[in-house]
Amino acid sequence: MKLELGNIIINDIQFTNEGSKVENGVLTVNPEQIKSLVLEDSNIESCEVFIARPGESVRITPVKDVIEPRVKVEGPGGIFPGWIAKVDTVGSGRTNVLKGAAVVTTGKIVGFQEGIIDMTGPGADYTPFSKTYNLVVKMEPVEGLKQHDHEYALRIAGFKVACFLGELGRAVTPDEIETFEFDNLVESAKKYPDLPRVAYVQMLQSQGLLHDTYVYGVDAKRTLTTIINPLETMDGAIVSGNCVSSCDKNPTYVHLNNKVIRELFKAHGKTLNFVGHIITNENVYLADKERSSNWSAKLAEYLGCDGVIISQEGFGNPDTDLIMNTKKIEAKGIKTVIITDEYAGRDGKSQSLADADPSANAVVTGGNANQVIVLPPMETVYGHLHFVDTIAGGSANNIDAHGNITVEIQAITGATNETGFHNLSAR
Amino acid sequence: MAKIKVVHYVNQFYAGIGGEEKADITPELRVGTVPAGDALNKAWGEEAEITHTIICGDSYFGENMDKASAEIMEMVKSTGADMFIAGPAFNAGRYGVACGTIATNVKNTLGIPVLTGMYVENPGADMYKTQIYIVATKDSGAGMRDAIKKMAPLALKLARGEKIEASCVEGYIPNGVRVNLFEKECGAARAVKMLIAKLNDKPFVTEFPMPDFDRVEPNPAVLDMSKATVALCTSGGSVPKGNPDRIESSSASHYGEYDITGVMSMDGDHWETAHGGYDPVYVNEDGNRCLPVDVLREMEASGRIGKLHNKFYTTVGNGTAVLSSKAFAEEYAQKMINDGVDCVIMTST
Repeated sequence: MKLELGNIIINDIQFTNEGSKVENGVLTVNPEQIKSLVLEDSNIESCEVFIARPGESVRITPVKDVIEPRVKVEGPGGIFPGWIAKVDTVGSGRTNVLKGAAVVTTGKIVGFQEGIIDMTGPGADYTPFSKTYNLVVKMEPVEGLKQHDHEYALRIAGFKVACFLGELGRAVTPDEIETFEFDNLVESAKKYPDLPRVAYVQMLQSQGLLHDTYVYGVDAKRTLTTIINPLETMDGAIVSGNCVSSCDKNPTYVHLNNKVIRELFKAHGKTLNFVGHIITNENVYLADKERSSNWSAKLAEYLGCDGVIISQEGFGNPDTDLIMNTKKIEAKGIKTVIITDEYAGRDGKSQSLADADPSANAVVTGGNANQVIVLPPMETVYGHLHFVDTIAGGSANNIDAHGNITVEIQAITGATNETGFHNLSAR
Repeated sequence: MAKIKVVHYVNQFYAGIGGEEKADITPELRVGTVPAGDALNKAWGEEAEITHTIICGDSYFGENMDKASAEIMEMVKSTGADMFIAGPAFNAGRYGVACGTIATNVKNTLGIPVLTGMYVENPGADMYKTQIYIVATKDSGAGMRDAIKKMAPLALKLARGEKIEASCVEGYIPNGVRVNLFEKECGAARAVKMLIAKLNDKPFVTEFPMPDFDRVEPNPAVLDMSKATVALCTSGGSVPKGNPDRIESSSASHYGEYDITGVMSMDGDHWETAHGGYDPVYVNEDGNRCLPVDVLREMEASGRIGKLHNKFYTTVGNGTAVLSSKAFAEEYAQKMINDGVDCVIMTST
């Protein structure tokens, strides 16, 4: 299978009263078009649209999701199968990408644990989305909307806006085309008989109520561990339904641009043979944890792996899934490297993980999420600033008289991402 | 800003006074520096200066810890220093423990910043790494330049109360406090590199070592010692006179297995110690002080134990890597099991 990503490099977003378009690297958006699209959903009461550029004195909070605008221009399937497109298999043909742009959804979100994106200042270093040109879509629900319906409405609205923007790039000639090819097991074994066989085991957050992830529209907590083609993941098969403790949750943008997959493709055929992508969940029940990790190990063995990279999503309870996966896969004689993050306390002195095992001897960490940071006031806030004392990582009275906010970096979207999307680490 | 005033602690060896034979010298306060201090002063330029040096013998300190500590503390106080530096001690065990003990005391009692340096396997490192900053050095004095290169800037930061970055940035031994840093590469790139190294059996460094799981559960008690075969083992370096297997005095590369059939006592005519990390005089006079064969023979005769195993296993613990020790023990433990040994008395020094 072969997938081409046609990157249209976006250097700015502008508003217009006329038709939205992509031209000369500028994404021009008519906000009224966005609003009417969002308000098609009768569960959404109001919608406002803003632009947040890198370096601007802007804070976006609470962040629900970050989504990359894309359009399928060749081949089967469409963007976000199971949600926007039908469930045809994606991962082949060509998809055009508005590279450098993102849709960021905000508004009164259902929980109390959503993230912060600062476009400048010390907080900007901690989020990858201070470097993207963001179209911020703020949405408020109709009164009395239940939490799950609220989450669903916001999630779908974000996808719709991203697809609307992506569509603007359909006829645009991409600035660059990236080509990814993934052979079946037999062919890749013939091509690279001497290279170590490596798979990616991706743990998908599936603890329920704002902790869910979806594959081709299916709730990951209702799935058995399975094998997916990494090109399908790169082409939008997995989407985010969670944003709690946003430092180590994967927005949809991160799934589309999964860096473990990209790094494995870089090494493929040179230092390793990338043979598969295993997706497993992080359910809360012990039987589910045991079953899912049994299947991870079984599938890694079935693929004939010499090694795997395991990425986690979240912390605490999923630490047990992480360690079960690691122990069982290592027990098959397959070498593992795991990517996690730490909750070592504000002073960094506590135990970092809730579970541990000596077989987990190769760990990449996204850093200590409890680290405290002071975020200076921004000129503009898109969303609702008054949640910052209740979001995960915030605390009571954490805004001082000058508007400085004291939070743990776990409140910052993507700060300690466990798919290795960002550069933060700890020792 | 005024020059930061530093007081430096070294042992008899790094003061140029002498080796083991001078390890019993009492604490002495000198104005000025020893060569290690000169190197620090040079690295600091106008920023800081060692004004005084405190010298103490390793044995004296080890044997008179409370008294020596108190004496040294008074000396540090009398200098009015802004900062205290000890060592670096490299892999010298007693020196490392002394550096760690004094530095920790100074920090807790006088409240001035402290810094020392030693090899990661120096026992002083494990004892004090969570209490004070200990720069990771090489395992011998040949690593002095490298040690100074790391200690000089970290000392300035500590003296000025500046933010201390992660251990891998500053060069101190991980102290259990997790500190964030921005890497050059994203986590995914680091993970793929680490996996390739692991797959190819190349060295790699985990970013988060799992908590130490090397806990040894004691075996159940031996219910009837009168029927038990007891073996003696030691890391104190007991060997036949002349050290026929040339067990190293430090960082041993192997262990020895020696027959004691008919040996009633470890007398000084036939036995000695190969250990280079403690005063060997007393064990060389009477080897039972390290390996108590005489007492075990008495117990054997009186029936308190079944019998003393006719072989003992010995190595030098001084500067020997934990992994080496583990490998030795795994091998000779099996030999003892094969020989029907029921229990082992392991002596250290």
